[in-house]
Amino acid sequence: MTPTLGKLALTTAIATSLLPALANARPVTLTTTLNNYGGGGAYLVIYVTNAKGVYQGTLWMAGTHAKYYRHLLHWFRATRGNLAEVNGITGASVGAGRTFKITLDLPDALFDAGYKLRIDAAAENFRESPSEIVVPLTKAGAGKAKRGRTFIKSFTYSM
Amino acid sequence: MLRQLHKYPGLIASLLVVFLALSGVVLSVLPALDRAGAPAVPATGTDVATVAGKIAANFPGIEHITRTPSGKVIAFYYKNDQPMSSLIDPATGKAIAPYDRSKFEQWMKSLHRSLFLGDKGRITAGVGAAAMLILTLSGLWMTARRMGGWSKLLSKSRGTKMQRLHVDLARLAVVGLVLSSFTGIYITLATFEIIPDGMATPPAFPESVNGGATMPVDQIDALKNLDLGQLRELVFPYPGDPTDVYTLATDTGDGYIDQSTGEMLTWQPHSAIQQIYETIYMLHTGKGLWWLALLLGLASATVPVMAFTGIVMWWRARKGRPRIRANQGAQAADTIILVGSEGGSTWGFARTLHDSLTKAGHKVHTAPMNSLKPAYRKAKNMFILTATYGDGEAPQSAKNFLARLKAFNGKPDFKVAVLGFGDRQFPKFAQFARDVDAALESRGWERLLDTDFIDRQSTQEFNRWGRDVAKALGEELALEHVPVLPRRHQLTLVAREDYGAEVQAPTSILRFSLPESGLLARITGRAMPKFEAGDLVGIIPPGSNVPRYYSLASSAKDGMLEICVKKHPGGQCSGYLHELQPGDTVQAFIRPNPDFRPAKGKAPVILIGAGTGIGPLAGFIRGNDKARPMHLYFGARDPKSDFLYRNDLEQWLAERKLTGLNAAFSRVENRSYVQDIIKQDAETLRELINNGAQILVCGGRSMANGVMEALEQVLAPTGLEPATLKAQGRYAEDVY
Repeated sequence: MTPTLGKLALTTAIATSLLPALANARPVTLTTTLNNYGGGGAYLVIYVTNAKGVYQGTLWMAGTHAKYYRHLLHWFRATRGNLAEVNGITGASVGAGRTFKITLDLPDALFDAGYKLRIDAAAENFRESPSEIVVPLTKAGAGKAKRGRTFIKSFTYSM
Repeated sequence: MLRQLHKYPGLIASLLVVFLALSGVVLSVLPALDRAGAPAVPATGTDVATVAGKIAANFPGIEHITRTPSGKVIAFYYKNDQPMSSLIDPATGKAIAPYDRSKFEQWMKSLHRSLFLGDKGRITAGVGAAAMLILTLSGLWMTARRMGGWSKLLSKSRGTKMQRLHVDLARLAVVGLVLSSFTGIYITLATFEIIPDGMATPPAFPESVNGGATMPVDQIDALKNLDLGQLRELVFPYPGDPTDVYTLATDTGDGYIDQSTGEMLTWQPHSAIQQIYETIYMLHTGKGLWWLALLLGLASATVPVMAFTGIVMWWRARKGRPRIRANQGAQAADTIILVGSEGGSTWGFARTLHDSLTKAGHKVHTAPMNSLKPAYRKAKNMFILTATYGDGEAPQSAKNFLARLKAFNGKPDFKVAVLGFGDRQFPKFAQFARDVDAALESRGWERLLDTDFIDRQSTQEFNRWGRDVAKALGEELALEHVPVLPRRHQLTLVAREDYGAEVQAPTSILRFSLPESGLLARITGRAMPKFEAGDLVGIIPPGSNVPRYYSLASSAKDGMLEICVKKHPGGQCSGYLHELQPGDTVQAFIRPNPDFRPAKGKAPVILIGAGTGIGPLAGFIRGNDKARPMHLYFGARDPKSDFLYRNDLEQWLAERKLTGLNAAFSRVENRSYVQDIIKQDAETLRELINNGAQILVCGGRSMANGVMEALEQVLAPTGLEPATLKAQGRYAEDVY
């Protein structure tokens, strides 16, 4: 993924709903490596909730057919499948065993403030995996790999 | 190679269709295999609550339960934080075996619907399905036309072996192919959300839940009343999340159940749109309908054969039509040439005209008569060159001409000249050209020349017509037609038997040896093709470029080529052939005549012929190794002089290759003709025809007409008519 898309993500999704200014932002690289689960491409949605688990905004949607978004269960419940939430921040689904990397400009205010980064995952003929990854956004947590339940072998964010 | 692939995108489309069909065939057996592996579920009294309760007891980390369309119950659960899945015996709730989706199935399915190319591949597969639907429907339409109408769609197919194979397979497979391709297109359109599948919006998630402790799954009323056969999926609440719910999907709808009260919070029945989509999906995949999947697989298995035969037939037809150089667009040309041709020889004349007009500076558009446009914007002159097929009918490339003429915009600004090709020996000489002439006359089209005719492809007559054209145009025009002939082969005369000199009908049976051909020649198609008795051999006498055709009295497997030739006074080719001595050679080529030979099967065959007309009939008897009933009615002049094949016929009678022999002679006391012996033997003939007999008549036109009248009388008491038998393919003539 190109960094420019990451900037776009910020301006469209998070910035409008979450944060007033871009002033104190830094590039953050999200790296997601999938298991060899032996199926077709997985749909992944990366989004942010607050400390209470309330949806704040979407960072990236990997998967282009909106009709399958309902299988990203928690994200879909939170957004009611509102496509405006992923407008302009959508890309291809991620193949089994592949690594998906994206760099976004994220505001400093997101870190160490109770926000959580979540990933819902789904692939055809496999169980839906809502909240496959749930990690608190902290500066100290950067670079630490986390394993998902079904599809994700490792997830890290680094800055 | 690349250039040719580029040139013939139809070939690429057929490769795609063949690929989709073959991968579909592989997938078609999977539902049946899946079904065979599904454990028997107790027919009644199995409710979802009970089964789910047993499963939950055995698998504490249960996440969801799925029932596949073939009836398998699968539990998905976590064990030591590892995702696992097992095939379940619904009676006990225990695992029968670990459950793994077949990697092969996944791979094959992905190949079938996207060629591993993602969305681009899905679009390609969708286009392939559309190509398949177009091919199937257009093929069906062509078959109906070829058979002579929709009501005759299922009648016996005719033509070469390849044409019959193509049509017979197509009629078996058409329903399956329409179903597979239509549903394939529908699914592709739904995937890209061009048409809705009704599944994009799941039921609204409940605003609030009770939030209390989780109720055991076997106590939930909504599940107690649900038969296992109705279940699609039951998802358990996310462990430790009190706001989560049981998510239920059944054959009729989707809903959420409160995890602590067991109350159905939301229920959304499937919409009609979703039901339609699911039905279409099931019809395409055969999931849950294993027998349909197998039938669809069988239909798809015919596709490679049809693609191959279709391409070969198309290629042969193309080769039979000469390439038109510098052909202009219909609306840019000042001169239009329309061609009505069955075998392809009229195209040769059209090309000569095209080339000389182009040389004279005209912009010429040459096309089949079937592609008559409603208008030609720049045309000044039109030439219509047409042959006639059979008994005065339109030839293949002109079948739609008269219908399209009705759609022509008003009276044209250009002038038209019609040239008919035919054989003056036939009573309906160039009849179709006359019909076209009359149709143009009634619509008041202005003439460049009066309608003219060419007898037996005479180049002299054609060149004479060319001078008339030049005069009418007021231009220099040199028409020098050189016919394009198929590849010729050299045959050597090995034996001849002479008959009939005493009765003024010198007739010879000429037997030629076949040329040897190497493997390379056979592979590249340069070898002499295989032939059957009843096919035609074209022979070109020296100093001529117009072939004469003779019916073959042998088949290739007899190892020789045999014809019967009567010497005609002044006949160029028959005279030449009668001069031949063993060791002499001729130049010849084969023209298939597949409609004139005994049909497959054991039904009796009635062979009727006079004079040299016995040739192909003798060939049929010689090849009758299975000793099916064959009855010969033969007319000649004098048994002492022109009883062709007399010794052979006696031998074949003894060998039971020939069942009955009736001969009539016209130059003896109590003279009789073949028509007379047909009427005398009426009772036998009626019985044979009632038993499904096929009638093959070979000889002169007047004899054939006499035979037809005689058979009309013979058949009158049965209510059958020769015309009916002709339409059924049970009455064929080879006349000259």
